[in-house]
Amino acid sequence: MTRLPTNLILGAILVALVVGTAALSLVWTPHDPTLMNIRGKFADPSDTYWLGTDQLGRDVVSQLMAAARNSMAVALIAVMIGGSIGVSLGLLASAIGGWVEDGVMRLADLGFAFPALLFAIMLAAVFGPSLSNAVMAIAFINIPIFARVARASANQIWTRDFVSAARAAGMSRFAISRDHILPNILAPVIVQATIEFAVAILAEAALSYLGLGAQPPASSWGRMLSEAQTLMYLAPQLAIYPGLCIVTAVLGFGLLGDGLRDVTDPRLVRER
Amino acid sequence: MGYFLFRRTVGFLLTLLAVSVVVFAVMNVLPGDPALTILGLDATDDALAALREQLGLNDPLLTRYFSWIWNALQGDFGTSHSFRVPVATLIGERLPMTISLAISGMVLTLIVALTLGIGAAARHRSFGDWGVMFLSQLGIAIPAFWLSILLVLLFAVKLRWLPPGGFSGWSDPVAAMRSLILPTVALALVQSAVLTRVTRSSALEIMRQDFVRTARASGLSHRRVLWRHVLPNALVPIVTIVGMQFAALVTGTIVIENVFYLPGLGRLIFQSISNRDLPTVQALVMLFAAIVVTANFIVDLLYVVIDPRLKVRR
Repeated sequence: MTRLPTNLILGAILVALVVGTAALSLVWTPHDPTLMNIRGKFADPSDTYWLGTDQLGRDVVSQLMAAARNSMAVALIAVMIGGSIGVSLGLLASAIGGWVEDGVMRLADLGFAFPALLFAIMLAAVFGPSLSNAVMAIAFINIPIFARVARASANQIWTRDFVSAARAAGMSRFAISRDHILPNILAPVIVQATIEFAVAILAEAALSYLGLGAQPPASSWGRMLSEAQTLMYLAPQLAIYPGLCIVTAVLGFGLLGDGLRDVTDPRLVRER
Repeated sequence: MGYFLFRRTVGFLLTLLAVSVVVFAVMNVLPGDPALTILGLDATDDALAALREQLGLNDPLLTRYFSWIWNALQGDFGTSHSFRVPVATLIGERLPMTISLAISGMVLTLIVALTLGIGAAARHRSFGDWGVMFLSQLGIAIPAFWLSILLVLLFAVKLRWLPPGGFSGWSDPVAAMRSLILPTVALALVQSAVLTRVTRSSALEIMRQDFVRTARASGLSHRRVLWRHVLPNALVPIVTIVGMQFAALVTGTIVIENVFYLPGLGRLIFQSISNRDLPTVQALVMLFAAIVVTANFIVDLLYVVIDPRLKVRR
């Protein structure tokens, strides 16, 4: 058995920490994250409030935990939507080829002209800011990324002998895509999904920080930071914790994605 | 060469056209009544009807799209509802801020990334190399707005060396520069993390090749080999990433301007969203998307300058 890469192990530990915290917050947080207690505002860390309280007397640890759950949910939904649409388009392009393939890929190029923030801005201007618009915007930018990955991997599989055999046996392109191509491109797709998960967490934080994502009273690391920014002279510590959480989560999924790629694609193992 | 340029230019123009269709479609075709958005739920039916007429909302969609494009090409982006001045005037006032931020951010990104990337590659497997890799991994994970807040905490709140935000105008150049230091650093540090890694791995690849060994064997200094022989040959992947990063940089200025309350286009876009100023938002989104597309087009052209072999292959 070969040794697992360090980034994979480190990434897995960080991801387990963040996902574990998010899962725990579903059943237990030290306090109600939205419970206000004005007389207990800006409390110092103590046995009751491990990291103290914020400007409204809400427990910081409970808010960070609830925010972890929201962040994971947003990233999961956005990457799932963007990933499944993108992979379907990529498989379609690869299966049919010709002008369909060209068309899908040109559409994908077009998608790259819109960073998630621009798309979220358009949606917010038309519908008003909301978390679901943020999810839509993040999902949208994932479509072209997955379409490219899926098409590139699928094109390689289509040249293999077992696919030719399936074609000779009279299987339709759709059935081949579903039964033979999809299972064989899952590895690169999963690697990409892990990396995009990190990107989505970062995007959600930025959108919520700018007021285009999670709306009060929902907890979000980005929104906690935008509130903390106005209190920097009073309570600088509030501007530290949410940022550390974002970095932990993004670093975790990023390292895990890199590690998975090193393991699943031996050609890419580079000298480090 | 001529054919290559022609094909790229046509592709670029078609992409711009497609981008304009997407922007127009999202802002105008999706369900929602701009008149209602602007006037709010309390508006009378007469007022709504009058505004719809004034905005041209009663015209067919295609007519509205083509008149938007036609006017925009002549520099007319409509009138801002909230500021009651032409959108083009608003953009003209705020463009210098965004451009200064983007250019200074890009320059600092290149300086940091090329120095650290080449430096780390030159000292491959040393402690310094390891440190650069660790810092760049961390830099990728740090949101620019959080880094901004940390910089403000340290340099404005604690040390009081620099202003925490805001901008007093270009008339006092020293004050203007001081206001732009922290935003530029915040923008560039996060951007340079990715570029440092690409520079390092690209340089490492080149350093293994024979011509580098020859150059070194012929007595050239280590430094000269790195900057004159390794860097120019490592440029293709670096330029690709710089082009892709430009999108992130443009998005970055939007975020950074809002963190530091700088009066640029990014701040304007957010003011326009809260003022429900749809023509301004539409013009700005189109402008930002056009900048991203143009940057990618320039990168495509740069490839040929850097690596003439690509001319033939495409």
